[in-house]
Amino acid sequence: MAATPHTLGTPAERIEGRDKVTGAARYAAEHTPPGCAHAWPVPAGVTCGRITGVDTSAALAQPGALAVLTPFDAPRFAAPPDDPELDVLQYDSVPHRGWYVALAVADTLENARAAAAAVRVTCADHADEPEPHDVVLDEDHPEAYTPEKANGGYPAHRERGDAAAAFAAAPVRVDVSYRVPPLHNHPMEPHSATAHFAGGRLTVYDSCQGGNAVRTVLASLFDLPEDRVTVVAEHVGGGFGSKGTPRPHVVLAAMAAIHTGRPVKLALPRRHLPSVTGHRAPTLHRLRLGAEPDGTLVSVSHEVTTHTSRITEFVEQAAVPARVMYGSPHSLTTHRVVPLDVPSPSWMRAPGETPGMYALESAVDELADALGMDPVDLRVLNDPATEPDSGRPFSSRHLVECLREGARRFGWHDRDPRPAARREGPLLIGSGVAAATYPAYASPCAADATAHPDGTYTVRVNATDIGTGARTVLAQIAAAALTAPLEAVRIRIGSTRLPRAPLAGGSSGTASWGWAVHRACTALAAAVAGHDGPLPGGGLTVTADTTDEVRRTPPYARHAFGAQFAEVQVDTVTGEVRVRRMLGVFAAGRILNPRTARSQLIGGMIMGLGMALTEHSTMDAAHGDFTESDLASYHVPAHADVRAVEAHWVEEDDGLLNPMGSKGIGEIGTVGAAAAVGNAVHHATGVRFRELPLTPDRVLPALRPEEEPAL
Amino acid sequence: MRPFAYVRARTVQEATAAHAAHPGARYLAGGTNLVDLMKLGVEAPETLVDVTRLPLDAVEELPDGGLRVGATVRNSDLAAHPLVRDRYAAVSRALLSGASGQLRNTATTGGNLLQRTRCPYFQDLTKPCNKRAPGSGCGARDGVHRDHAVLGHSYLCIATHPSDLAVALAALDAEVELHGPDGERTVPVADFHRLPGDHPELDTVIQPGELITAVTLPAATAGLPSAYRKARDRASYAFALVSVAAVLDLDEHGAVRHLGLAFGGLAHRPWRARRAEAALLGATPTAENVARAVAAELDAAEPLRDNAYKVPLAHRLAGAVIGGLAGTHRT
Amino acid sequence: MQPTTPPPPPDAYHSEVTLRVNGTPRALTVDHRTTLLDALREGLGLTGAKKGCDHGQCGACTVLVDGRRANACLLLAVALDGCDITTVEGVAKDGGDRLHPLQQAFLDRDAFQCGYCTPGQLCSALGMLAEAAAGHPSLATDPDAPPAQGAVPLTPDEIRERMSGNLCRCGAYPHIVQAVEDVIR
Repeated sequence: MAATPHTLGTPAERIEGRDKVTGAARYAAEHTPPGCAHAWPVPAGVTCGRITGVDTSAALAQPGALAVLTPFDAPRFAAPPDDPELDVLQYDSVPHRGWYVALAVADTLENARAAAAAVRVTCADHADEPEPHDVVLDEDHPEAYTPEKANGGYPAHRERGDAAAAFAAAPVRVDVSYRVPPLHNHPMEPHSATAHFAGGRLTVYDSCQGGNAVRTVLASLFDLPEDRVTVVAEHVGGGFGSKGTPRPHVVLAAMAAIHTGRPVKLALPRRHLPSVTGHRAPTLHRLRLGAEPDGTLVSVSHEVTTHTSRITEFVEQAAVPARVMYGSPHSLTTHRVVPLDVPSPSWMRAPGETPGMYALESAVDELADALGMDPVDLRVLNDPATEPDSGRPFSSRHLVECLREGARRFGWHDRDPRPAARREGPLLIGSGVAAATYPAYASPCAADATAHPDGTYTVRVNATDIGTGARTVLAQIAAAALTAPLEAVRIRIGSTRLPRAPLAGGSSGTASWGWAVHRACTALAAAVAGHDGPLPGGGLTVTADTTDEVRRTPPYARHAFGAQFAEVQVDTVTGEVRVRRMLGVFAAGRILNPRTARSQLIGGMIMGLGMALTEHSTMDAAHGDFTESDLASYHVPAHADVRAVEAHWVEEDDGLLNPMGSKGIGEIGTVGAAAAVGNAVHHATGVRFRELPLTPDRVLPALRPEEEPAL
Repeated sequence: MRPFAYVRARTVQEATAAHAAHPGARYLAGGTNLVDLMKLGVEAPETLVDVTRLPLDAVEELPDGGLRVGATVRNSDLAAHPLVRDRYAAVSRALLSGASGQLRNTATTGGNLLQRTRCPYFQDLTKPCNKRAPGSGCGARDGVHRDHAVLGHSYLCIATHPSDLAVALAALDAEVELHGPDGERTVPVADFHRLPGDHPELDTVIQPGELITAVTLPAATAGLPSAYRKARDRASYAFALVSVAAVLDLDEHGAVRHLGLAFGGLAHRPWRARRAEAALLGATPTAENVARAVAAELDAAEPLRDNAYKVPLAHRLAGAVIGGLAGTHRT
Repeated sequence: MQPTTPPPPPDAYHSEVTLRVNGTPRALTVDHRTTLLDALREGLGLTGAKKGCDHGQCGACTVLVDGRRANACLLLAVALDGCDITTVEGVAKDGGDRLHPLQQAFLDRDAFQCGYCTPGQLCSALGMLAEAAAGHPSLATDPDAPPAQGAVPLTPDEIRERMSGNLCRCGAYPHIVQAVEDVIR
């Protein structure tokens, strides 16, 4: 590849950085077309049931009220949406608490909020006699079943050999259960959209991870040709999966704009997010690991039970990473799911890998304990030559290098391996390690590239920058392919007017978009080289579409790997756990921009820190929603929770991925981080906690009596 | 949020008169909790009487060595005040333990005491809550109540009071000055907040129309070693699971001459631990004595299904705080 | 005594206020319910201050009010008549041409990803630097040290504690702390 080394792989500054630090960058709710109205949705205040009436009179009597849409009078969709969560205001039953049952539209934000508050909804079964509902997940739930597939299209159930018999016969065994609570993405920008319908054209500014899917849905629901729908997502305030699929806010904004004939802005109140923008489903894990006395694994079983909603089947694929990680002749990896009257779960940063690797890597730590073996050595010993479940060769796998490099940088081997051995006054100190993995995906994408007569270039692709630095890295890929300076490349992303592209998700954005950009720019460079005379005024444009190429990729197992290390302190007075330092080393192909890559990896590790220590949503059994519905109660880590966090990587040269040789880095930073923290807490205290998060209510009562502080 | 009228008062008399003249009026100070609750629909005043520009924004030194803190002194200014840091360290530390720098710049001394519980059922209009809607039931009692009260709760309400400042003020024997339609009165902070009993809708003993004008910190506890410590789910910007404020004075033999001890996060009000105080009076604050005294206080705890951890947490935290203060005396 | 209230406005629910925003007086008729944040974003088109939670729980809306950092989402615009407001749009110098050193440090350190919390982080950091310079303590300040004469030295622990009212879901915290350290050195 004709990359200029000083372009690709260099720490270029974010192209939109200046706009973000000056406040000039505009997000979805920051466009205000003339005459713009405001919409405010009304969530159901019941868990499930049938709506018998919506009294809109008081709402419509509010000053400035323009409309109140209800399931009884809202415009009907031309076709039902594929995602049942989008089928809003179309029928009179409530599948889960928080489901939208009305939409108020008014001239100002204040009036819209007041109108929404004045909507009166009545249900067939009023509060006196609530409809029976079931929102509590447990392993023995009678409705649990094994689905055909888990999220990502993976088979839900896989067996190799006879895992049960091999486990029973194994000299060293660990049989443990772990629980991960529901978690919420909570990007800083709530889901928002501004919709404008004029002249038969619908234009929507949306906070999403990919505009093409949004356009397809809106065109279908509102019976518009796709070329009459434009979705713009220029700047997106984070998503972490929750904006990976179109969400109700954008459907409602478009509906209101079409209905009222005015532009309509709709920004979801933070408190609505937990019910309508997805969550990481709770997962119950049973791990059975059997090993020889030397640590060689002979049996790996990972059984996961999770929940989904009544209207959609989403199965967190938490047992899937156990098919990738360690060699073992016998293996069982399986999922069961229980449909409950709960909000629909969906993607949250590394779905499957994040909870699955928490459980698996904690169990591996327990096995190391049982063996009296160093947990790094145990992982190195069981590093497989080929992907255990599929037998496929890895395109590249450098987990062992990550573990060794991480151990060296962290000072792992200097520690006293005995648990509860290090004390500083009332604090117990410990360290832990865990591995990380995440698949390297790529999807078909189109892009075009134009060479202008002035020597500059314009590259167009409907990529979405949700904070990853997509603009910057794509410009770098383009400049490298064009052998042009970075400043000569203008990059256009974030609109469906641009060539079709997949979403920013699955850590595959850069691979997918970059592949198409690379192809377009490589072809453009050739076209320019072959062009005689000055370029035409409109420039020379080349388009590329990677569909065929992506689908023809040979059958290798493609994954990024990593090693996470954490040092924690546990306060024996309060049970408060704080992470003193975290260090991750990752093998993720070629790192295309070390500046933005490091930020993403560190950010992922911090989300893992939150999962370990502070974050949890509690299902309110009586009411069927999540109790922690705001940012005061759902504790994402704050500045003070985050001390030294470092991310490093090992060089990886993998020619079997894409033209850039890159693997995704958006999610792997989160994977394994919670296990490293949990393993460190075990090392600090000698107590094995098997349910997250490690908050004082859980930690303090479990501390051993000899760890009571001296008063 | 329904539309409301707005009146800006320039004097205390103007404020109370405006309140009396407008049914459904509420005083607006920093607004960090009131505006929050108005957005949720929990509060729906018809008129806001803005008291932020009243001349109540000074910390005055009293002739006896105490301090009089105006009701509109911002939390950050109070926490940073040299006399407060010098004489009433627990007040400064409690304030700095709460909320964020931004919120402390806005929130006022009086408003802090009047903030309402963060019980999720109280904040959600679609769920039962006897505090918000008397007679509707308590969603938390059989629901999600990890953060709720273990002391002094009633069948009707298990909410906790969220203030950090109030806990320190209660331990230090501070008093609240109130100005109302019937004149002025003074109430000890420790008696200002109520237990829920049969009327959880009433957080405090304040009467309709009464305005907090000041908080006074007494000379008796000025300059004594005092401390505040808070346990929470994240390292900053989180409400207390349990907090402890203590002020300790030892005599020349190392025996307790005075102890003021209060807990946050355990009850519907700052929990002044009078039993523990009495048990330690005249005793040496050894670890064993402190542990026994605090245990006597916490004997009254009635934990719910998911918040029993608060009892050992309060016990250990109080032991650490009192032990730390006793150590200060020794040095 | 009868209260001497201002003359009743044409509508009991609206008032005229003047805010001095980034140095420019802006006269507005505001719905009393309108927060400073919504007045800036919807009324004045200044969308730099962000709405992350609308309840003072995230800090994305942080602006400076009379030089002090505050959550614009919890302030009613009507109560701020006559106040000086600085938003992120007013932080750069020379009408926005020359970045403030802190903005430059954020770029240099890659102290943001999605950018949504960034304006609040910047305004909060500016307010925080002034607080520390004025000797205001934080929970990270040693309570047993005598009250500081002059500025409180800003260690990383001090910065982290003082900035904890600004959440960042992308996890840019370590780089934000580095950026703040860059401007205090």
